[in-house]
Amino acid sequence: MRLFVSIISTRAETVYCICIVETSDPVAKLAVKAVKLTKTYGSKVAVDELDMEVKSGEIFGLLGPNGAGKTTTGGMITTRVLPTSGQVYVGGVDVVKHPAEAKLEIGVVPQSNTLDRSLNVIQNLYFHGRYFGMSRKQSKQVALDLLERFKLADRQSLPVSALSGGMAQRLMVARAIMHTPAVLVLDEPTSGLDPQSRLALWDILQELNSDGQSVLLTTHNMEEADGLCDRIAIMDHGKILALGSSAELKRDLGGTSSLVMKVSGDVRQLIQKLMVEISTDSMTKIVPSDDGLKIVGHDVAQLISIAVTSAEALSLKVYDLSLVEPSLETVFINLTGRELRD
Amino acid sequence: MKETMSQVVVRDRSVSLLMYARVIFALLGRDLAVLKKTAAFFVIRVIMQPFLFVFVFTYVFPKIGQGVGGGGSKEVEFSTLLVAGVVGISIIFQAIQAVALPLVQEFGFTKEIEDRALAPMPAWGLAVEKILSGAIQAIFAGIVVFPIVLFVPATAVHLQINWILLITLVPLAAIVSGTLGLTIGTWIPPTQVPLIFAIIVLPITFLGAVYYPWASLTPIPWLKDIVLVNPLVYINEGLRAALTTGVPHMNMTYVYIALLVFTILLGAVSIKGLQKRVVG
Repeated sequence: MRLFVSIISTRAETVYCICIVETSDPVAKLAVKAVKLTKTYGSKVAVDELDMEVKSGEIFGLLGPNGAGKTTTGGMITTRVLPTSGQVYVGGVDVVKHPAEAKLEIGVVPQSNTLDRSLNVIQNLYFHGRYFGMSRKQSKQVALDLLERFKLADRQSLPVSALSGGMAQRLMVARAIMHTPAVLVLDEPTSGLDPQSRLALWDILQELNSDGQSVLLTTHNMEEADGLCDRIAIMDHGKILALGSSAELKRDLGGTSSLVMKVSGDVRQLIQKLMVEISTDSMTKIVPSDDGLKIVGHDVAQLISIAVTSAEALSLKVYDLSLVEPSLETVFINLTGRELRD
Repeated sequence: MKETMSQVVVRDRSVSLLMYARVIFALLGRDLAVLKKTAAFFVIRVIMQPFLFVFVFTYVFPKIGQGVGGGGSKEVEFSTLLVAGVVGISIIFQAIQAVALPLVQEFGFTKEIEDRALAPMPAWGLAVEKILSGAIQAIFAGIVVFPIVLFVPATAVHLQINWILLITLVPLAAIVSGTLGLTIGTWIPPTQVPLIFAIIVLPITFLGAVYYPWASLTPIPWLKDIVLVNPLVYINEGLRAALTTGVPHMNMTYVYIALLVFTILLGAVSIKGLQKRVVG
């Protein structure tokens, strides 16, 4: 069940309109739905018949290299780019047909700092609230609450130019969620941030998400997609190549993982023993490596105890053991044949 | 599927126009807050040009014996007819400055217009707001100029105010100027905007019937015809009719028609320009 709070303020009073949408309606669970969404610039196809759904309450990541069409997709979802064809809905509102209404459902954190330089920190929030129909009093109160929550309260009267990159980013997130949008859209939110600010932003997004905020973010940062997103769409050349949770993508498309074991003593003996212990099929291989051996296969993690026990049985000393899991990087390489680089 | 979608729309669409008006009002509030912060600079910006104009042409020149328009009563006449021109030029100049120049930054590197472009209204709403904001600042500018043009000249200024003309013309002139500012701000690439002062603002102001009534251009027929594309000509002719008697001015019907046509034309062009800028 989803709860919408619509704030309609008139000169005299503020009316809170609370609407409940039943879970039985499948569309209500969607924060974003794109149907055959396409954008062409001349002969160049930036986004190619893209179908996509962001479920309500999830963090959805669009992962891909620069030029994959992520930002254009984000632009079309947020009314800033007009699709050449296809439909896109945010919170159930048709973005192309009713952009003004759709904007009520969209919170945007763009790639660059778009804070209003003519206003100070709190005014950036206060006027945003006013644009979205809040009364003066209400907007001021919500702005103060958000500054407190985003740890910017002591900087409320500063010009925005006095904020660090991380602080400016936090203020932009606060601004974007101020009008309780159905989806928070962030374009490459952590590019250009120092590691500390990056982690802080991830914490903020996770906290917002645990309060029910749906999030759509574009990124070319593997770690970000991996650690933050419930589901990831890998995108290249304007198309979604694969979609799933990080674990699903790695399992299905990441290729093999390997168990690297370093031992002192006769490695060949151990390899022979393991060949017997592990019913090696064509998918699992045991190969000698520097100071030890490597077991390569699809689910080698379950072989850790057998490998260690076998080594001990032969009185070999295991001094290093590491599991190299498939990564989103390997998923991407397997999908496109090239690396995911900045 | 669309039927299913429309059931989920929770916000009432019937209040749309009222909602847009409220957003525009909030955006104007933002512009006024910024203006209030920089009020001193605004006043200096507004006063300098008309002050220097009036000071040099109607104080310095007569004092050093180079009175424009001849001596004696002609000087009085010149000081008087210049009032309308200086008010008109301030209105158009300030509107262009107030609308076009901030857009250079807002559309440029910082893209800070984006939060306002994402306010819940169509792109034309933002265009209307920019025009109104420019017009309000232009009216301020016009009002601020009055004391200067009345008290700085060395010779007496004799105004005969037709209030109906003045009250209808000043806002109309301000709105035309706002649409011109937005047209410039949205159609000229941000990096080229300084150039527009050379190729648009200067010709408009120098050939805008500021220092002479339009009728007096009769000896140069081609110029008399060409300047009719300049909205400032109609603004100044109208203001001259509103502020003075005895100075020739264009037929007021033509003045109103021309200003309305400019409003519609430049309004449409500037709305289109803004839409192109905010929606890719």
